[in-house]
Amino acid sequence: MAVAEIKTTKPQTGFAEFWFYFSRNKGAVMGLAIFLIILVLAIFAPFVAPHSPSIQNRDVLLLPPALAAGGQWTYFLGTDAVGRDILSRLIYGARFSLFIGLVVVTLSVISGVLVGLIAGYFRGRTDTIIMRVMDIILAFPSLLLALVLVAVLGPGLVNAMIAISLVNLPHFVRLTRAAVMSERTKDYVIASRVAGAGTLRLMFLTILPNCLAPLIVQATLAFSAAILDAAALGFLGMGAQPPTPEWGTMLAEAREFIQRAWWVVTFPGLAILVTVIAINLMGDGLRDALDPKLKRS
Amino acid sequence: MLRFIFGRLAVLIPTFLGVSLIAFSFIRLLPGDPVMLMSGERVMAPERHAELMHQLGLDRPMYVQYFDYLGGLVTGDFGSSIVTKRPVLDDFMNLFPATLELSLCAIIVAVLLGIPAGVIAAVKRGTWLDQSLMGVALVGYSMPIFWWGLLLIIFFSGYLGWTPVSGRISMMYFFPQVTGFMLIDSLISGQAGAFKSAVSYLILPTVVLATIPLAVIARQTRSAMLEVLGEDYVRTARSKGLTPFRVIGVHALRNALIPVITTIGLQVGVLLAGAILTETIFSWPGIGKWMVDSVFKRDYQVVQGGLMLIAAMIMIINLIVDVLYGFINPRIRH
Repeated sequence: MAVAEIKTTKPQTGFAEFWFYFSRNKGAVMGLAIFLIILVLAIFAPFVAPHSPSIQNRDVLLLPPALAAGGQWTYFLGTDAVGRDILSRLIYGARFSLFIGLVVVTLSVISGVLVGLIAGYFRGRTDTIIMRVMDIILAFPSLLLALVLVAVLGPGLVNAMIAISLVNLPHFVRLTRAAVMSERTKDYVIASRVAGAGTLRLMFLTILPNCLAPLIVQATLAFSAAILDAAALGFLGMGAQPPTPEWGTMLAEAREFIQRAWWVVTFPGLAILVTVIAINLMGDGLRDALDPKLKRS
Repeated sequence: MLRFIFGRLAVLIPTFLGVSLIAFSFIRLLPGDPVMLMSGERVMAPERHAELMHQLGLDRPMYVQYFDYLGGLVTGDFGSSIVTKRPVLDDFMNLFPATLELSLCAIIVAVLLGIPAGVIAAVKRGTWLDQSLMGVALVGYSMPIFWWGLLLIIFFSGYLGWTPVSGRISMMYFFPQVTGFMLIDSLISGQAGAFKSAVSYLILPTVVLATIPLAVIARQTRSAMLEVLGEDYVRTARSKGLTPFRVIGVHALRNALIPVITTIGLQVGVLLAGAILTETIFSWPGIGKWMVDSVFKRDYQVVQGGLMLIAAMIMIINLIVDVLYGFINPRIRH
């Protein structure tokens, strides 16, 4: 059997090509690294955290961080007003923030893509009605609508996630619709239709995979926005309820101590900021890697 | 152009109806008895309950109630607060100038710093200056502003003692409300030190509220400038021997600003969402704090009316931005 070996290099897989462009963006790689660290900390919180997030040690109320005057090394980032270890609470808090981001993005991507596909594929009256409904949602400031929705549903983490997902929905619908509209008249779609592909096949298997790039970028941005919004709702007292170690809720509890104990306010916010920056850096990298227009330049 | 404006207006009508339907159903979706909620009372005799049902018109069919509500909206009746009994529209009108003043200052700061920062970053693309400016913008863009406000209070108000923590002006000054803008009213009053006091109260909230729009505008300006700087007409302008300042400031920037203006228009919603947090942190007596307080006081008539008013305002501002955009960029009119 004579096999002629012609090609010496394998064609790049999709992932290899993606990683080639993504890794050129140093910020994105850094963001990914930070995100992975936070993810690992969140998953292994019970093993990593030095203390329980809820045990109150009455001997060390508002203890300063280890490096500040009067701090103890056992409580590296200090303690809060009821003597709970702030570092441990932050590590457990990462679970909530990442979970919120994940649930919100999953909910709003699935429903948004579905609705956007329908609007973009069928056009006509269906499209008009869907887009008007999205306009209505967009007419409210996102945080206000989320706040009022939570007031209707009742304060709490689950309801906050539902509210934020709903507020995020129009972005995904609009994006999907625009992408579908530009794809559906292209030759490969028409060819597929002529070959006898049904509506569902056309929508989900032919068109959708070619609209994914902007959706992935938007999903990343929505992930960080969801963390911020959930923290804001927690801060306003409408998100996760105390004593949940959610970062925004921790900030709300810490507010009255801002003049006496800077650390109870500083660290939860820093945790939010670092997480959001890491995700946004990844988002920028994804955009560079997935946007064919930018690739050429 | 007129057709363009009317076209946009026609689209607004269904959106307005939808928004009113949401505001209308909000109060009816709340768990609990609507009469108890609306009257704010806890215990009630059945006769009084029925009487109030009738008084509030809740015993009529839903669609009649909705049309009645719409009729009220058209004549400027947005309901009255359960707590203060004052009409919602009056409170809105009283508090809105405070939010408007804060938002205007924030957007002015954001534009005045964001556009130059974006232009410099684009012109110096790839240098340390570009990287640091965009690094700062990324931090600003990712900022939880409620935390940012608390940090600024800790440092500037607590540690340095430079700025006051809450309110719009020192209690020492009192003057009639003319424009509703504290900066202007304090100047008109002629009281020594009043203007300075108003400024000192305004600085921190403005910085907090401007943070995200500033970062967004800087990033958008940079990418728009980068796109434009590669165009043929910029090269032509350069080869004509124009100064770099003129090429960048006049030829490039003018075209790069078109998407930036859209971005600025889109910041209206961002500003109002930010105002909710900023006003809560700084006890700024505007509509953001008013809405949050009403949610907590369960003053649902105010929440309902406020939702409607705020949404209507955003729709009108978006319409104005759209029309202005049509003027600047004639291509989108068609």
